[in-house]
Amino acid sequence: MSTRDDLVEKRCAISGVGQSDIGRRLGRDPLELTLDGCLAAVDDAGLTLADIDGVSTYPGPMGMPKGFTGAGAIEVMDALRLEVNWYDSGLETSGQLGSVMKACMAVGAGMANHVLCFRSVWEGSAQGSEGRASISTGGGSGKYYASGFQQWTLPFGSASAAGWVALYAQAHMDRYGTTPEQLAQIALNARRNAALNPNAIYRDPMSLDDYFNSRMISTPLRLFDCDVPCDGATAVIISRRERAVDLAKAPVYVEAMGAAMHDRPSWDQLRDPTRTVGADAAAQMWSRTSLTPADVDVAELYDGFSYLTMLWLEALGLCPVGESGPFVEGGHRIARDGVLPLNTNGGQLSGGRLHGYGFLHEACVQLRGEGGERQLATRPAVAAVAAGGGNTCGCLLLTNVA
Amino acid sequence: MTEAATPFRILPELTDRNRHFWQGGRDGQLVFLRCQDCGYYIHPPTPICPRDRSKNVAPEPVSGRAVVTSYTVNHHPWLPGVELPYVIGLVEMIEQAELRLTTNIVNCPPDSVHVGMDVRVVFEHHEDPNGDVWLPLFEPIGGAGVDS
Repeated sequence: MSTRDDLVEKRCAISGVGQSDIGRRLGRDPLELTLDGCLAAVDDAGLTLADIDGVSTYPGPMGMPKGFTGAGAIEVMDALRLEVNWYDSGLETSGQLGSVMKACMAVGAGMANHVLCFRSVWEGSAQGSEGRASISTGGGSGKYYASGFQQWTLPFGSASAAGWVALYAQAHMDRYGTTPEQLAQIALNARRNAALNPNAIYRDPMSLDDYFNSRMISTPLRLFDCDVPCDGATAVIISRRERAVDLAKAPVYVEAMGAAMHDRPSWDQLRDPTRTVGADAAAQMWSRTSLTPADVDVAELYDGFSYLTMLWLEALGLCPVGESGPFVEGGHRIARDGVLPLNTNGGQLSGGRLHGYGFLHEACVQLRGEGGERQLATRPAVAAVAAGGGNTCGCLLLTNVA
Repeated sequence: MTEAATPFRILPELTDRNRHFWQGGRDGQLVFLRCQDCGYYIHPPTPICPRDRSKNVAPEPVSGRAVVTSYTVNHHPWLPGVELPYVIGLVEMIEQAELRLTTNIVNCPPDSVHVGMDVRVVFEHHEDPNGDVWLPLFEPIGGAGVDS
């Protein structure tokens, strides 16, 4: 669609997508889940493992927080005996989708033809009954001290991203008059959509009363504003555009990508706490395409916390800055039959915290028209995908139109 | 602060780069690294001024007065043995725009905290074999629960 064929992402397409089993606590070997997701994506594309010559993942191997990553690139490469021409992993990138953007750059640069990208989590099983897995307090026998960024938050009991995002949300409410009833619509919309997704974690109906009866975590964020830890792996194949056209499935094209971070790389030193670096990433993404926010048919926007989805709506220009509250009010605009269907698989709030890649997967499913019961009545042609929050954000614009 | 039992805290790991900040409370002072050439307060501390790249940086006390940029009343027991609820605040020092700290707002009812509230530093002393720490907390100016 763009005239800028010089951009690397224009040389790429998503040729295959796949997921492992997804569950609250599957108790399975996380490497097995990871490989299940990867093999599903390769199979979906109609490729063989011999075709895969690149691997990219977020974040790579990490011991803590527990369950945050099911496998690194090297484990997958060795388990599948892949012979790669390029591989990469890392946490310091533009959110979970940074790994997909790097794959596009590798393909666009001619370093690889088919890059297997994956994100794997097993926080559900890893945390077990021991409390939230993504809280790092050591766990060793010695006294734990906060270091690095954590030293500025953990001593004050700000132990989780919930506390950091709550500060943003409260600032937004104070400045723009955003209400808890408006915030609730993100969670209610997710649950309505999850009811149609057989792989979603929570599918029972949720009412506004249910939402307000969920316990307060950190004002204004309630339990139902927080995503649900789960086990599962998602994979996509980024292929050279000309190699994607004759494969098993119609390609999904990468129209544009955004990785920018002009604000400070910090959770609590952002210039404006009602704006995350997602705005920088989104501005870059729109600068790389002739499409505009008005062209977006479906939005799959990160909801690690409900408020982050509202921030992404504003960052991407899908509603004016400060007006995400009125935009989602009543839930009509973001419903599956609304002007901007949002998080059509139930997001991470009800679908499970697949950590960014779940949105990418769902965008491809909708663009291909493979959503089954949850397929939108009018198959979308353009999807906005965003992942991350705070100081780690990235976004993609996808289309099924060559 | 009251003389009640010192609450449970995870303490910061002291390093040569951050000791001035975490131990400034020994003298009742909130101390930031400051560029001696351009006057910019540097947080978190870095050995080079981010504004003019000068290495002529040194710790300097500020007034300890700040304004609440945002806050959240935390109800979840993330950490063992912590009394709930407590208020996490994001406060901006009056000396410099965007010079902010994540902290706790104390000595007032949680529901009295609001954006724009004037606050001042109060230190919570923690003895520790690796070096004592004085956590900078903030309380309303004008006394408990009183708007200023």
